[in-house]
Amino acid sequence: MLRVVHYVNQFFGGIGGEEQAGVPPRAVDGPLGPGLALQRHLGDAASVAGMLICGDNYFAERQEAATRALLGLLADARADLLIAGPAFAAGRYGLACAHLCAAAQEALDLPAVTGLAPDNPAVEAYRRTVTIVRTGPSAASMSAALERLAAVGLKLARREPLGPPDEEGYLAHGFRRNTLVAHSGAQRAVAMLRAKLAGDPYATEIALPSFERVPAARPLADLSTATLAVITSGGLVPRGNPDHLKSHVADAYGRYSIADRDELSGDAYEAVHGGYHTAYVNEDPHRLVPLDALRALVRDGALGGLHPTLYTLAGTGTYPQFAERMAHEVAAELRAAGVDGALVTST
Amino acid sequence: MLVTNLISVARTMHVNRVFPGVAIPHILGNPALPPAEERALRRTLTERALRLLTQPAGAEGVDA
Repeated sequence: MLRVVHYVNQFFGGIGGEEQAGVPPRAVDGPLGPGLALQRHLGDAASVAGMLICGDNYFAERQEAATRALLGLLADARADLLIAGPAFAAGRYGLACAHLCAAAQEALDLPAVTGLAPDNPAVEAYRRTVTIVRTGPSAASMSAALERLAAVGLKLARREPLGPPDEEGYLAHGFRRNTLVAHSGAQRAVAMLRAKLAGDPYATEIALPSFERVPAARPLADLSTATLAVITSGGLVPRGNPDHLKSHVADAYGRYSIADRDELSGDAYEAVHGGYHTAYVNEDPHRLVPLDALRALVRDGALGGLHPTLYTLAGTGTYPQFAERMAHEVAAELRAAGVDGALVTST
Repeated sequence: MLVTNLISVARTMHVNRVFPGVAIPHILGNPALPPAEERALRRTLTERALRLLTQPAGAEGVDA
């Protein structure tokens, strides 16, 4: 009988809500919470030998330690399969589930599967290495998610090959497998074009990423009375990078006061960025953040004023979902402060 | 608005107001110039970039 271990967070583990998000990892024998429904979907094919529970904040803040502890518990439980979540759209929980699955596969060669909504931030980061069942956005679709997790999980545990993503209900890994089909590429392309021209449905063979079109903000009437914020994706930080901003795959941004200064010196600032040669900016940070020019424009009355905070991150390899989340946060802050526009300097 | 040298990337991302900078490692500077000239260049470019904020996005989105 295959032994399944089911990973859930503090809420689904019945410990509590956000106030318990800091609880450390622990193991419980037998199924509880959604593990009970999971057991029903697994039927006689496997048993939920136990649950692993960890607080979302604990995992997010101590990822390495939490992962190590959970891997130890997984090994102790002699698991044949790890099922994590489903986490639906929850960011911290989703990242924990996906990270644990990836670690279990790598460290224990343990089949693992999790369930996430397609726009969960963990999807882009882990879809290539972790099998992620597609779920709805909330726990309203728990039952359907558990049914898919059981089905896909059993195949993985038996080392059976998975069918195409759409058939099995998981998110495409991004791999392409060659298969033979009856019609040549030219025939399929022409058939697709004819369908498109006729307004009939067709399915693309290569889905290109599409980026949301954000409507442009209305033009400013008068710069001389406008307050602008300065944002940079060139990774300018105070020397020593006190907040340890990452040089790539940024998941956070820095906020630094420029209220009390007219200049940014190379002694006080540096660029931390893995995607370009930072020597010129380290020499003279104004080459990235033109504070000298902006202050001069304010002095001369061409610009109304500057927002006191500089926002910065290293914009290389940033996941679009993270960039979007950070942009929404910064925009809300700028709105609340009555800022009229923003200058974003890049590379 | 965005100051960048990667104009094609900005277009793919549908950025609404884009101003082309000097070069990737010094988007608003030119280390080959003497300091005073570099500052003057930066002043001019910054002013022209900010002007995009007073214009509708799109047609004149990329200033030559």
